[in-house]
Amino acid sequence: MSCEACKKQKFEKVCRILEEHQADKSNLIPILHAVQREYRYLPEEILTYIATSLNMPPAKVYGVASFYAHFALEPKGKYVIHICDGTACHVKGSIAILEAMQQKLGLDKEKCTTDDQLFTVETVSCLGACGMAPVITINEDVHGLVTPEKAENLIEEILEKEKA
Amino acid sequence: MIAATVNLELIKENYLKALGKTQRQIVVCAGTACVANGSLKVFEAVKEQVEKKDLDVSVKLESDKDADVVMAKTGCRGFCQVGPLVTVRPQEYHYVRVKPEDAAEIVESSVADDKPVERLLYSDPATGNTCRTTKDIPFYTRQNRTVLDECGKIDACNIEEYISHNGYFAARKAFTEMQPQQICDQVLESGLRGRGGGGFPTGKKWALTLPQPGEKKYVICNGDEGDPGAFMDRSLMEGNPHRVLEGMMIAARAIGADEAYVYVRAEYPLAVSRVSEAVRDAEQLGILGEDVFGTGSSLKIKVLEGAGAFVCGEETALIASIEGRRGMPNPKPPFPAQSGLWGRPTCINNVETLATVPLIIQHGAEYFKSMGTENSAGTKTFALTGHVANTGLIEVPFGLTLREIVFGIGGGVTDDDGSILKDGFKAVQCGGPSGGCLTEEHLDLPIDYDNLRNIGAMVGSGGLVVMNRKTCMVQIAHFFMQFTQNESCGKCVPCREGTKQMLRLLEDIIEGRAALETIDLLERVASAVSKGSLCGLGKTAPNPVLTTLKYFRDEYIAHVVHGKCPAGQCKAYAMPEIDPEKCIGCGLCKKKCPVDAIEGEKKQPHVIDQDKCIKCGACAEACKFNAVIGM
Repeated sequence: MSCEACKKQKFEKVCRILEEHQADKSNLIPILHAVQREYRYLPEEILTYIATSLNMPPAKVYGVASFYAHFALEPKGKYVIHICDGTACHVKGSIAILEAMQQKLGLDKEKCTTDDQLFTVETVSCLGACGMAPVITINEDVHGLVTPEKAENLIEEILEKEKA
Repeated sequence: MIAATVNLELIKENYLKALGKTQRQIVVCAGTACVANGSLKVFEAVKEQVEKKDLDVSVKLESDKDADVVMAKTGCRGFCQVGPLVTVRPQEYHYVRVKPEDAAEIVESSVADDKPVERLLYSDPATGNTCRTTKDIPFYTRQNRTVLDECGKIDACNIEEYISHNGYFAARKAFTEMQPQQICDQVLESGLRGRGGGGFPTGKKWALTLPQPGEKKYVICNGDEGDPGAFMDRSLMEGNPHRVLEGMMIAARAIGADEAYVYVRAEYPLAVSRVSEAVRDAEQLGILGEDVFGTGSSLKIKVLEGAGAFVCGEETALIASIEGRRGMPNPKPPFPAQSGLWGRPTCINNVETLATVPLIIQHGAEYFKSMGTENSAGTKTFALTGHVANTGLIEVPFGLTLREIVFGIGGGVTDDDGSILKDGFKAVQCGGPSGGCLTEEHLDLPIDYDNLRNIGAMVGSGGLVVMNRKTCMVQIAHFFMQFTQNESCGKCVPCREGTKQMLRLLEDIIEGRAALETIDLLERVASAVSKGSLCGLGKTAPNPVLTTLKYFRDEYIAHVVHGKCPAGQCKAYAMPEIDPEKCIGCGLCKKKCPVDAIEGEKKQPHVIDQDKCIKCGACAEACKFNAVIGM
């Protein structure tokens, strides 16, 4: 029963988002943005629901969702860490930071999210803060002039905070 | 105000009057880099200290309110290297590397008293001189900030302040005193070329869109800055969003559009919110919306968030994305000017291009032409980053040399630890993934569209990444190839498959599987991708490879023929050895080696077994005496 209730709530949210965007096909990308803000990713059943509501084939909606790097089709962690791998960050050693973080969290190229869904570690092409290279973001917070040690400390800090 | 149209003069006058009454202005840089360094905490700390002094502080100067001290958060001031930056006016004291702990001293000394806090001023490392204001800092004095001028000076979110700097006067002039054709002519006459990379004359683009039939036309501002290493559009949208909107208004008037879109990268949340706020404020003041400046024309601007696809920087792909589809490009013609968004005539300009337009309308074509070179008028913003002492956003006239930029403004080439390297310069990567790598021999070349194109590079979006001698150029080529291969939309075969094969070939070189033929093959595939691809992404994707092959061929040959990476960066070519002179036989490396390739008695020099070694570098990292060499 509770499951039914949460399902209902889930679709209510999507309905509200669709309504805000006049359920217009041309607003598909803003709609997906809004849904992702709500769930931190794009759940499959919601994508299907959106497709039906917009009178589009689900494959089209999936096609758009999978085309853009910003949209996630898998659930992401509570802390999404973006390591900038733009040119400036790259020449200043962003890969060493990535490797240090992956090692610390037991992640690799294929596996970006920890099993406890706490961390997601990904690279992005450029965050546009090249003056502070290398740069990482943890959710909305930007950290500049990062070193592998500093990155590990940031993770430690979060783990401490989560424990408390 | 009863008058139907907005009275810009009155707003300006009232604002300046209010400004005259305030004794001090404290401006904190809130660009992305300074915020990352804690400038928002500095802002709060300074505000707290001002309040402690029982002074009336306002965080936004409004023309109808009085305040002793006005504090403002600005956009990026460019000198990101030494942030957070704080300026105290009217003396213009320019403080660098400010921490929240410094707040009390700043307020005590430069607000209550009139003296600068000496220790927070910038000291020029070359001369040792202390610089009180930005006028003394070489990083700024060698620039010519016109488009970026107000960026970092004014409160990005205060439309009144923008108007007090003559903001929206050019838009009003365009709507009330000029005919569309006249605007197109003036922009063409000024010689302004697209700042997004291609360098197409802006006035020509507008003049092509103007006579297109149909009631409905669109203006699109391309803020999908995806080039790794470039952030000028971000800084403009965050630092002076009204300037961008004003440029869009002029473009709309010039082509006869009543609807416009700003397409901003999703990775730039601050830009999205500032531009959206600017649109709201301009609408509220009656500058945007119905009956613009009492002319009967209307203009609606919408802000759209991109979703992370580099290819959307391409006009036709961007249009597809706004329409809610996958951002894939279409063959041209038809050009967007003929059939763009929803099949209507559409004019797409880059953020920087549009932000330049108000200058031309305000000061005239001659003023703009007086800067720059014959075929590349005006100034250009560059994002100067990489191994250079002063990183940040700069604006210089076209025609300046790379040497002046890298050594004059940038302050020289640095080592990995930030210390200045004499003779350390190796290359500048110019123009991102569409651009190329330039060498020492190009340092004295005046930079403009045509000069750069002639040597295989590109102004592109204006990223300038300086690289020192420890950078492997094959790896840089590989880095860009990885990027374009990831970002290829996959629509056309040359780009989709070609970039993949180029990447494989570069991997072969980096990982020691290549021969001399690999280089020839790489060159042939590159030229095929460049000729056969559908859009700009694929056509320019081979540029970094081709320019490194042209100017750093020796380095490729060293890899494939001599089995060596001259920069010592490619692990596959590393030959880790232990220097018996330096080794004290502590055994730490032996313990760390994952494959037991290190042997040696305690207190005796150790040896690496080259057959077993996997070149992971763990030994070099572990050694406290720098005894592991050749990594």
